[in-house]
Amino acid sequence: MALKTEEMVLNMGPQHPSTHGVLRLEIELDGEIIINVKPHIGYLHRCFEKHCEAMTYPQIIPYVDRMDYLASIYNEFGYAVAVERLLDIKVPERVEYIRVIMGELQRIASHTVAIGTYGLDIGAFTPFLFLFRDREKILSLFEMTCGARLLYNYIWVGGVSHDLHPNFLRQTKEFINYFKPIITEINNLLTYNKIFIERTANVGILPLDAAINYGITGPNLRASGLKWDLRRDDPYSIYDRFDFEIPVGKGWMGTVGDCWDRYYLRILEMEQSLKILEQAIEQIPDGDITSAIPKRIKPPEGQIYARVENPRGELGYFIMSKGGLQPWRVKVKAPSFVNMSIFGDLCRGHLIADVVAILGSIDIVLGEVDR
Amino acid sequence: MKSTQEIYNLLKEKFQEKVIQHLNTLPKEEVIEVRPESINEIVEFLRDDKELHFDNLILLSGVDDANGSKNKLEDGTEEITGGTLSVYYHIESMDLRHKLVLKVSAPRENPEVESIYDVYGCANWHEREAFDMLGIIFKNHPDLTRILMPYDWEFGYPLRKDYRNPEFYQGMKVPY
Repeated sequence: MALKTEEMVLNMGPQHPSTHGVLRLEIELDGEIIINVKPHIGYLHRCFEKHCEAMTYPQIIPYVDRMDYLASIYNEFGYAVAVERLLDIKVPERVEYIRVIMGELQRIASHTVAIGTYGLDIGAFTPFLFLFRDREKILSLFEMTCGARLLYNYIWVGGVSHDLHPNFLRQTKEFINYFKPIITEINNLLTYNKIFIERTANVGILPLDAAINYGITGPNLRASGLKWDLRRDDPYSIYDRFDFEIPVGKGWMGTVGDCWDRYYLRILEMEQSLKILEQAIEQIPDGDITSAIPKRIKPPEGQIYARVENPRGELGYFIMSKGGLQPWRVKVKAPSFVNMSIFGDLCRGHLIADVVAILGSIDIVLGEVDR
Repeated sequence: MKSTQEIYNLLKEKFQEKVIQHLNTLPKEEVIEVRPESINEIVEFLRDDKELHFDNLILLSGVDDANGSKNKLEDGTEEITGGTLSVYYHIESMDLRHKLVLKVSAPRENPEVESIYDVYGCANWHEREAFDMLGIIFKNHPDLTRILMPYDWEFGYPLRKDYRNPEFYQGMKVPY
């Protein structure tokens, strides 16, 4: 007599420690093998885009903070770049340098969370605590500059809200020197850990053609082997002045584009960010920071799409103006939203235990997926 | 690298009346407007042509043009009839380094646009979002359901300019 078999549907979330927020996954299983995963998103939806249509341009900045709450500075950066291009504003040199320094510090802070929580998902508790201790140091630098630790309202259209604290550059240098050995420590603790490699290498392989077709950007795309970084390929601000490398996935522990590659790429990117920081601190000029901030923002009728390289990928703002004080339409290309859309394909055929490993390696922030 | 004008000439030659116009008077971005029922074949051509090779869909965004006739209701809100809803497609070629903006407009009462999910994979979720927020119907889409709003939201499409909040949703008061 043959045993009766049937497929099972398992619900993961909306409240689950490994979904990094409020995400519900509907997992179809055949035994332990995943047939299909359907993500249900929208639990954090605030209709940010509708709010924008009722607010003036500077009022939107605190709202963009709340999209990707682990990389708030970068959200403001992208928004400021978009509105400045719409208005043809040239920003003072010092402001550009401050933005780059803040942006790269934010990238390191965001990647430490990504790496730490990824270890936590796989079962390594210590790196998470170590990295949160170090992220705290970056948050203190932000707090020193603008008073806020998570949601800054720091980068404004045409400038920044506060100049750097007199001690800021010295403390940032100290942080760079402090953080360099930490990367080696994390490598020894987690990256080359045999259990960690077995859980992540050759799991959730994202081939390059699928990645491009699905519009995947950021570290996830580079881990699949394409050298594509907007800081180099579509330069904004002053990134073309710095000397840094763009790491790409090479399949160090298995196949190109597997979870380990995506994880390790973030480690390499932190090293490059430190390199940019060192150069920026060396070169930063004195000067005014508020001279280019417009009193009243009223762009002419028209539209613009501007994009920046967020820690999670390409963050773009499509702003449409009909000549009023409020934008007619603001549409955000949220990297997490796009990266999430391939999740079902990545999981198919894997074991159920790998769902957490794959989800963590994509590094999504649900505040940005749902906006 | 090709400019929008060159691409427009190419498209006009190949697709003739399916390509409507080249909008280049407003600042910052040039837009090529095409017919909503032929967007799929046009982007497929743009992707597969060797000299254009638009392999990446950056963004798909729905916009309410609100260009119909507006009539004020008693409670101060507006109702819009007629006019169009538009969809903007930002595409780029990652190796040839050119970008292009396409636009389609569909009538507000029956906003039907051809889906491009089979050309660009990420269009699937973007189109669901445009449907969710503006009620644009993408024909041939495999799973056109709400994505950000609750599945049982039956009070219209939030990003339309004449959207009105319901009083109650499942017993909860909505305006705060």
